[in-house]
Amino acid sequence: MLGLSLPTFLISIIFLLKQIGASELTFELPDNAKECFHEKLKVGSKFTLEYQVVTGGNYDVDLELKSPSEKILYKETKKQYDQIEKTVEEDGVYVFCFSNEFSTITHKVIYIDWKVDGDPEHEISGPGPKVAAGALTMIESNVARIHENLEQAIDYQTHHRLREATGRARAEDLRERVQIWSLGQFILIIIVAIGTVLLLRSFFTDRRTGSSMAWNR
Amino acid sequence: MYTQFKILLIICFLQLIPVSHTLYFHISETERKCFIEEMPDDTLVIGKYKVELFDEKTNGYLPSTPGIGMHVEVKDPDDKIVLSKLYTNEGRFTFTSHTPGEHVICLYSNSTAWFGGQKLRVHLDIDIGEHAIDYERVGAQEKLTELQLRVRQLLDQVEQITKEQNYQRYREERFRATSESTNSRVLWWSLAQLIVLVIAGFWQMRHLKGFFEAKKLV
Repeated sequence: MLGLSLPTFLISIIFLLKQIGASELTFELPDNAKECFHEKLKVGSKFTLEYQVVTGGNYDVDLELKSPSEKILYKETKKQYDQIEKTVEEDGVYVFCFSNEFSTITHKVIYIDWKVDGDPEHEISGPGPKVAAGALTMIESNVARIHENLEQAIDYQTHHRLREATGRARAEDLRERVQIWSLGQFILIIIVAIGTVLLLRSFFTDRRTGSSMAWNR
Repeated sequence: MYTQFKILLIICFLQLIPVSHTLYFHISETERKCFIEEMPDDTLVIGKYKVELFDEKTNGYLPSTPGIGMHVEVKDPDDKIVLSKLYTNEGRFTFTSHTPGEHVICLYSNSTAWFGGQKLRVHLDIDIGEHAIDYERVGAQEKLTELQLRVRQLLDQVEQITKEQNYQRYREERFRATSESTNSRVLWWSLAQLIVLVIAGFWQMRHLKGFFEAKKLV
C-alpha cells in the first residue's frame, strides 16, 4: 500500500466501493405492447429515470415503476416527458414498464435515461472523501462546477435533439402524405371525369329492347 | 512500482468482469430487439451485453450458458450495415459512426427455432461519445494526476457539445429542406389538379355536346 501513488490508490478505492451504472437507450414500442426493464439495486443508492416520447401518435406513453416488494413507486398514464428521482429503500430488483397498450395503431419511439449514482468509468472520483487532508483547492472545485454545468448542457442538448427529431419526423411524414394523397386525388379526378361521361352516354344509348322508347314516353 | 503495476492489473482484470448491475430486459429466443441511437459523425460507441437463459428447474436465470450467442447488427442512417458479428453469451462491441444520424443497433440470438422459444435475459449497456471513454484507464495509461484527468474530461465533454451543435445545424438544414419540399409539392400538385379539373370540364362539355348532336337530341 505504501508504494502506491495517490491516484492509483484513489482509483482502486473508488472502483471497489461503488456499484454504479448509467444507460441511455432509445427503442421502439409497438402498438399494444409493453416493455419492461429491470435492475438490481442496493439500499442507499439513488436512481434517476428520465423518459421522453420521440415519435408516434399523440406522443404519450404509460409508465409504471415498481419496487422489489411490488409496491408501485410511480404510475402515470399518457405522459410525454418526465423525470423521476428516487432513493432506494429496499434491496432487490426494481422494474419499470412502458405500456403502449392503449394504442391500437401507432407505435412509439421512446428515449430513456437511467442513472444510478453516477457512472464509475465516467466519473473520476466523485465528491467523496479525499485521502489528502484539507479542502479542495479552488481549481478543483471550479473544475467540478464546470463539469456539472457541462453535464447539464449535454442533457439539455439531448432533449433539444429529441424535440427536434419529433418535429422532423412529423414534417417528413407530412411530406409523404401530401405526395400520396395529391397523386390519389389527381387520378380520382381523371377517373371521375371519364366515368361521368361514360355513365351519361350509357343512359342515352339505344338498347335492343324498348328502353329508349320508355324514355321517349 | 511492481505492486502498483499488479494493483493496476487487478483493476483492469476486474473491469473485464462484466458489471453485474446493469439494466436488463427479457426477450424470447427468436425475438429481435433494436435500439435507435442518434449521434453525430465520428462518435465512438461501446456496447456491452450479457445473456442468461431461463432455466425451468431452478425457475431462475443461469449465469452463463454456452451455445447461446448473440448477433449484433448495427446499421447506419443510410441503412448500410456497419457491424454484423456473432458474439458469445457475453460480448463487447465497438464502432465509430461515419455519417451523422440515426444508427440502429439490433440484438438477436442465433437460435434456430422458428418461433417462440425460451426466454432470455439480456443485460445491456451502451455508451456513446464521451460516456464511452474510460477515464481510469486513460489516467493509468498516461499517468495523469486527478486534476489533469478532470481537465481532460472537461475537454472531451466540450468536444462532444461542439459535435452535437454541429450535428444540430445539419439536422435543421434537413428539416428546412423537408419543409420546403412539402411546400413546393403542395403548390405544384394543387396547380396540376386545378388544370386537370378545368381540362376535364371542357372535355366533358365538348364530348357530350358532340354526343347529343350526333343523337339528334340537341
